[in-house]
Amino acid sequence: MTAIVAITGIVALYIFMLAAFTGYEVIAKVPVILHTPLMSGSNFVHGIVLVGAMVALGNAQTTLEKVIGAIGVFMAAGNAAGGYVVTERMLEMFKSSGARRKPGGH
Amino acid sequence: MDISALGADGRQWLIQISYLVTAFLFIMGLKRMSSPVTARSGIVWAGAGMLVATLFTFLYPGMGNFEWILPAIILGTALAWISGKRVAMTDMPQMIALYNGFGGGAAAAIAAVELYRGETMTLTMGSLGVIGGLIGAVSFSGSLVAFGKLQGLIKKSWRFGGQQLLNVAILLAALFVGALLASGFTHDVFHVTLFFVLALVFGVTMTLPIGGADMPVVISMYNAFTGLAVAFEGFVMQNAAMIIAGTVVGSAGTLLTQLMARAMNRSLGNVLFSGFGDTGGAVTSGTVSGSMKPIEAADVGVMMAFAQKVIVVPGYGMAVAQAQHKVWELCQLLIDRGVKVRFAIHPVAGRMPGHMNVLLAEAGVPYDLIADLDEINAEFETADVALIIGANDVVNPVARNDKSSPIYGMPILNADKAKNVIVIKRGQGAGFSGIENALFYLDNTRMLYGDGQAAVSQLIQAVKAA
Repeated sequence: MTAIVAITGIVALYIFMLAAFTGYEVIAKVPVILHTPLMSGSNFVHGIVLVGAMVALGNAQTTLEKVIGAIGVFMAAGNAAGGYVVTERMLEMFKSSGARRKPGGH
Repeated sequence: MDISALGADGRQWLIQISYLVTAFLFIMGLKRMSSPVTARSGIVWAGAGMLVATLFTFLYPGMGNFEWILPAIILGTALAWISGKRVAMTDMPQMIALYNGFGGGAAAAIAAVELYRGETMTLTMGSLGVIGGLIGAVSFSGSLVAFGKLQGLIKKSWRFGGQQLLNVAILLAALFVGALLASGFTHDVFHVTLFFVLALVFGVTMTLPIGGADMPVVISMYNAFTGLAVAFEGFVMQNAAMIIAGTVVGSAGTLLTQLMARAMNRSLGNVLFSGFGDTGGAVTSGTVSGSMKPIEAADVGVMMAFAQKVIVVPGYGMAVAQAQHKVWELCQLLIDRGVKVRFAIHPVAGRMPGHMNVLLAEAGVPYDLIADLDEINAEFETADVALIIGANDVVNPVARNDKSSPIYGMPILNADKAKNVIVIKRGQGAGFSGIENALFYLDNTRMLYGDGQAAVSQLIQAVKAA
């Protein structure tokens, strides 16, 4: 793979550590009522695997690689699209009840 | 701007910058999703990030096989989009499991393509690729089993002596073959295939013995697994968007899994390896005595109509019966009569944390009527009626006082402290965990037998008549 920035060694570890803290902090303050939508939302976010699957398939040579790559792209797209739809549907309901919510309530 | 005029380097920079934007949008999106006020916009931010990354990825220099890529994307998107739109709110947990499994499978597929290609990688890259592939494959097959269990396709929990040993053996075998691949010792098709088969089998055998009641924790764990797998494959692909998004989900998912396991007063290891949490044999408990006392809907209607305060405790039974709309209709009638109504939500009620909140929100119940365990527990003593709809283990008082019970120590809703406890239940069987519920036998408890929706409809009529 020709990359203009190499994410290796200590730089990789820094990114890994900072991203891990970010994930922890983002969810640490979430109220219980949003656990399911947030789990669904984070499920959508790892649908980013789609870009990796695209590149893997885009560089595939043999038929075996292409078939597995295509299955990967298919599943990744399913992860992203399905994750988006179910999360949006859940949060849609929160919006409508949020509008009725009295200010200062919890 | 004419993108084709850019050299390979120019395109690479464009892609990297688009991934930076994506990482920003993902983190902002998740941040916004963690507050009810901004949650709705959060998924739109994250969605925009996904769109940006996907579009710019087409610019990768040297990409080919577009006649494979485009149909795969369109087919995957269309099928998931339609199924996601159609699925009932009550079936959300298994859909999340399914989509999550797809993500894990995609990460494993990336690893498979890299391994089948057999390029020589450094030991670090090879190890990351192999571990990511292993985790992804386990997440894939495990999530599918979880989906099957929640969907009712897999009803049995397969258990036999020495099962843990077999699981460990399969995992060790997978790790051994993986180590051969990572070290560059072998690259042939046979060993790569064997590695993935072992990983997939491990995901199945690890998940099969876990009971349906523990599936939320398992799904959450596999969600974190998929995140990690994506991050590891991101290192192999040198893809910053995958590394950051995968790691964020991996750590957030791990924390969420811990929160869920803690809410059940169990460690994650206990959930995974004890085999408890299933409808297997009933656990005998010495504290249960007396009998279940049935009651008619008309009597309950009168009792609630003239109560000062009613606390509703919903559980999975409400979800199965799709009774949330009827329940809210009943509560609105009571509120109009001046009865103070609140909903008490146990952290693990339903099949996922917040599952009940989602259903009640769907029915239109305002937030301020919904209280979680810490808030509401002191209020049961002042409640005239506690109405239990399809909840069981989360209101079982043996968790407080019977040390021999498997759920001893689990925080429960103190519904037994209410002056009257009404339990809507389909039959006399034990709960999801197979544990007898001492609450059902108390002197202040009455059983209203019937399907949740039908029973609540009767209550609505009874309250109207009162």
